[in-house]
Amino acid sequence: MLSPRQGLLRPVGCGVEELRRRRREREAALRRARREQQLVSKRLLRDDTPEEAEGGCVASVLGEAEIQQFLRLAQRGTEEKEREGALVSLRRGLQHPETQQTFIRLEGSMRTLVGLLTSNQALLQLEAARCLHELSHSEQSEVAEACLPATSYLLTYLAGHSADLISPHLAVLEALGYALSQLLQAKEAPKKIIPSVLASPIPERMLRLLQPGPKLNSGAAVEFAWCLHYIICSQVNNALLITHGAVSTLGLLLLYLAGTVQSSEDAGLELLVCPVLRCLSNLLSEEAVEAGGGQVQLRDERVVVSVFILLQFLLQKHPSLLPEGLWLLNNLTANSPSICTSLLSLDLIKPLLQLLPVSNVVSVLVLTVLCNVAEKGPAYCQHLWPGPLLPSLLDTLTFSDTEVVGQSLELLQLLFLYRPEAAQAFLQQSGLQALKRHEEEAQLQDRVHALQQTALHR
Amino acid sequence: MQLPPAVHARLAAGPGAAEPLPVERDPAAGAAPFRFAARLVRFPREHEFFEEGDVQRHLYLQDVLTGVAGVPERPRVPEFTCQMAGCCQVFDTLEDYEHHYHTLHRNVCSFCKRAFPSGHLLDIHILEWHDSLFQVLSERQDMYQCLVEGCTEKFKTSKDRKDHLVRHHLYPGDFRFDKPKKSKGPATSMAAMEVSTEALGDDGDTMEVCSEHVTPPPEPVGEKRSYRHRSV
Repeated sequence: MLSPRQGLLRPVGCGVEELRRRRREREAALRRARREQQLVSKRLLRDDTPEEAEGGCVASVLGEAEIQQFLRLAQRGTEEKEREGALVSLRRGLQHPETQQTFIRLEGSMRTLVGLLTSNQALLQLEAARCLHELSHSEQSEVAEACLPATSYLLTYLAGHSADLISPHLAVLEALGYALSQLLQAKEAPKKIIPSVLASPIPERMLRLLQPGPKLNSGAAVEFAWCLHYIICSQVNNALLITHGAVSTLGLLLLYLAGTVQSSEDAGLELLVCPVLRCLSNLLSEEAVEAGGGQVQLRDERVVVSVFILLQFLLQKHPSLLPEGLWLLNNLTANSPSICTSLLSLDLIKPLLQLLPVSNVVSVLVLTVLCNVAEKGPAYCQHLWPGPLLPSLLDTLTFSDTEVVGQSLELLQLLFLYRPEAAQAFLQQSGLQALKRHEEEAQLQDRVHALQQTALHR
Repeated sequence: MQLPPAVHARLAAGPGAAEPLPVERDPAAGAAPFRFAARLVRFPREHEFFEEGDVQRHLYLQDVLTGVAGVPERPRVPEFTCQMAGCCQVFDTLEDYEHHYHTLHRNVCSFCKRAFPSGHLLDIHILEWHDSLFQVLSERQDMYQCLVEGCTEKFKTSKDRKDHLVRHHLYPGDFRFDKPKKSKGPATSMAAMEVSTEALGDDGDTMEVCSEHVTPPPEPVGEKRSYRHRSV
């Protein structure tokens, strides 16, 4: 797996303090890069990691003849070590953009590499996969595009293998997914690459690899889930993905993750959470979901339950990802009386309120979900008061963030409208004083006054 | 964050949706100066909402890629030989052995000993090579199915199928049917992918996996596939 334990790649050991410091620096650099829309730059992934060349020689640009020689040796050499060595040399050369260009222009080179990727010699497969890694790091779109035709073939060949075997096949599958994910992040991807990916069998293959169960290869699944996310958020043709059953597959995967993420030793499953949440949330916003019956599937109570289990997990392990889970919850509840009813009947309002103090972004999202429930009318608000909601709202009114307070005011309006008794209780619990704090705030004034009127005239 | 105990039980139970409570909206809801309306939200690629998750993903990738420079340590064991009858391959890591076993011995045809990358391809091979009914039927109808799972095309001959695979599914053209002559070296993927050729009795010089000829074992070993009767 592309992870510390097995397979293709393994991290190098380091002292803890040093690691933390470096991580903070890297994180800052990545944030800066993303804001400048430079995060897709493959350079960033390798910037602090200059290759310590084995044997002390620096990788040089390879010419056509050299590439051909290495490929020939790799394919037909008699000694295993010789063949492996040829691929190592090729891989080093491929760090240079010039070599990459020469490689893709050479007839048959990609085919040979693909053949080596499916070799039954484990070491050759691994080295070939590393070559593919190098190519996928290219900034030049032609290089990335040259990798594409091989993908469908490789996916068929490699997907035949079951996940419980420790085999370089799995590492290769993962490398393929990673390479594809790099391709899909390119600036030109929505125009040039994604349409051809969508027209190929790749999406169906990817979805098959995302099907949950004991055979799930989590390393590959993570890479392909990110691929799917890049495709979906580019909004090229999500309706097509929906007809391929993307909503159904991702929904089942979500249930599976909720069921296993707490107990599982497999760190790979954790890594699936973020891309799966994103894919589902974005797909839900497509009209085609209604037509494809996706809404019906997602009304299944187990889906909303899974979201909460994952929210709990995120709170413990990755609180900065909570907004992603809440985004899905918003899209699930916005237009669904059934799911809002589930939230109430399964007693999930209280846990939701427990997330309010985490951050302003999280607060706003939590309040938005609660508004989704409240806006459906008196039958829903009846379950919101009496209860922990009003005390929580009185708390949020003490926050200074305008957006949080604003959303609290929206919720109060709905609550007072559909459950007038709540307005009474609000007054009795010093609600007016809480409102007064915000009387001067430009963005909040009108709503504050309106609420004061409503509360006093009940 | 404390979830009610019923929640985990609910996940384990079967599918089911809640009967929705009646919806009854008042036009005053969300009316000025208020503005709330329940709405679906979507975020495009570059949206800052994704910053956090993207940064975490890239941090993880950086962690992993720093390992690329070095060769991963692979625990070595004393040399041992593959125990499958007739196989002479020697290993000094378990990883290599498992890979070898999986590639060459797992999905093996018990008739002709050819190895296949997957059970699916093995099934097709058995059907096309060792089922006499198949031969009879294929004279009348298109029986050679496309190898790509999910593609329902069928063809009159295996050559037609190959053409389809190359043209439509972008399989490498010269890869699949290029048979090594009197091969003493390891079988490459091209031989392993083969499920049928034009000339049926064509197994003299293909797919030898080591220099000694593979002789059939006296009795089938546990995990080998045996011929299954296809009842379609």
